[in-house]
Amino acid sequence: MTAFLRHAVLLVLAAVTLLPFAWMISTSLKPRSEVFLSEIRWWPEKLHAVENYTAAFAKAPLLQFLLNGAIVTASIFVLQALIALPAAYALAKLRFHGRQTVFALVLFCILIPPQAIAVPLFLLFHHLGILDSYAALILPFIISVFGIFLMRQFFLTVPDDLIDAARMDGISELGIVWRVMLPTAIPAVTAFGIFSVVAHWNDYFWPLIALNSEPLFTPPLGVAAFRNAEAGTDYGPLMAAATIIIAPLVVAFLLAQRRFIEGIAFTGLK
Amino acid sequence: MADIALDRSAEVAAPPRATALERFQHHWTALALSFPALFLMVLLLIGPVVTVLIMSFTDYQLGASTVAFIGLQNYRDLFADRVFWTSLGNTLKYVAIVVPASVALGLGIALLIESGGGLRTFYRAVFFIPVMATLIAMAISWEYMLHPQFGLINLLLKAVGLAPHAWLTDPALALPTLAAIGIWQLFGFNMVLFLAGLVSIPRHLYDAAALDGAQSAWSRFWLVTWPMLGPVTMFVVIISAIRSFQVFDTVHVLTKGGPNKASEVLLYTMYSEGFEFFRSGLAAAVAVIFLVFVLTLTVIKARLIEKKVHYA
Repeated sequence: MTAFLRHAVLLVLAAVTLLPFAWMISTSLKPRSEVFLSEIRWWPEKLHAVENYTAAFAKAPLLQFLLNGAIVTASIFVLQALIALPAAYALAKLRFHGRQTVFALVLFCILIPPQAIAVPLFLLFHHLGILDSYAALILPFIISVFGIFLMRQFFLTVPDDLIDAARMDGISELGIVWRVMLPTAIPAVTAFGIFSVVAHWNDYFWPLIALNSEPLFTPPLGVAAFRNAEAGTDYGPLMAAATIIIAPLVVAFLLAQRRFIEGIAFTGLK
Repeated sequence: MADIALDRSAEVAAPPRATALERFQHHWTALALSFPALFLMVLLLIGPVVTVLIMSFTDYQLGASTVAFIGLQNYRDLFADRVFWTSLGNTLKYVAIVVPASVALGLGIALLIESGGGLRTFYRAVFFIPVMATLIAMAISWEYMLHPQFGLINLLLKAVGLAPHAWLTDPALALPTLAAIGIWQLFGFNMVLFLAGLVSIPRHLYDAAALDGAQSAWSRFWLVTWPMLGPVTMFVVIISAIRSFQVFDTVHVLTKGGPNKASEVLLYTMYSEGFEFFRSGLAAAVAVIFLVFVLTLTVIKARLIEKKVHYA
């Protein structure tokens, strides 16, 4: 009885949670005549899926938006790792003057919410003449203090013997970072990577400020622009576009949910 | 491996002194490894924070030929502006709705999922999807669901005989509606944190509570679960507060702060001052106020993490 009640409550809540997704997909299958109805119809009488999805791709460069999203998020993550891993290694395993100061700065920088520094960054990029470019989207995020902190914590647990052995084999310190530390840290790097990609794929605030040109739009900006152009006229193609925009991350999540939850929830709060 | 072990024991027996040159090189290697990060940290984080603070005391406008220090004038202007107080008030109201609701919902669902029975992974995945899905795309779906005439919500209300509402254009409803979307997006995140907290409660505490006569699930909850979850709950509350303080996306896409400033929030005020009117100095002052709120919350969070280490 209690088991039944538990499932009943959870299933109702699950249905409510999924409602916006279900309604979005349902609308993306409807012809215009069935979008503006005064009754609830989940499955269209006349299926208009092909037309709506074709229209979505025709009215806006959706593939370009997705490609921009992929280029920007991948570049951000690769650069974050290239910059954060050596620093994390130095902070965790090397002794040098100023180490405490550098680490204190890292801890301080973790406190800074990105929106608070948008105005000076915008002005800096304006004077450098790099607004409205991929560089403008990528540069502010290539330093992840949070990534440095996370990887440092992980590197602290790597035994010193491993590093000493590598040194005796004549591997340079930078070589140790990539050939010894990185392989041991793959799970932590993966979690951080998922955290980083999801955050920047979904980011709306900074791209909104930094970009003007539609060909550079990331998925959130692209779908918002689509909606501004279409507002209130035809929801079928708009919902098809929204479905296409959320699909990559949601599908990836469903395929690897444990990793995603670890990456987003647990990485996000340490 | 044996060689290395031998070498190490030799090292322990007679530690070789690093020469001054070696120590010098070691020192510079470490600095070189951390230099790119240090440089970018100063350029892209610390520099801008200092700049935003200084800028908030100037009349800087993008494109203006002169700039002057005007002391606290920006802050005085803000505090004399009714819109600023509306904006701050709305932000606090939004936080006050989203935090308790998303924490309670997250905890309740985590308890239900953990209370036994199957489908745990399924439920966890379903409730986590809104956390992941691009909020802007989902805001657009919500907008259509909230459409006064053809939206699913009003159609459902009418079907059960209730009055429809103009959710996003009624001044009394705009902010609570945005808060509802905020709750929908956040509670799955909180649920996952609570699930982790619940798993770490030792089973024997429940057995002990049962021996002491706590027979019902209700009394076991108050006797064991709630006190043990205390630190996690505080933590989830603070994290939710930080996240809801940063509300912007839904406001920008759905209401533009309207109707009549009814859903104007701090980040939206900063955005329109800084990037629509290009009054950078004033926007910087709003950013500083935003920063003070978020920093306070983050420092509390950091304190809690230290405490948690103590608990564990």
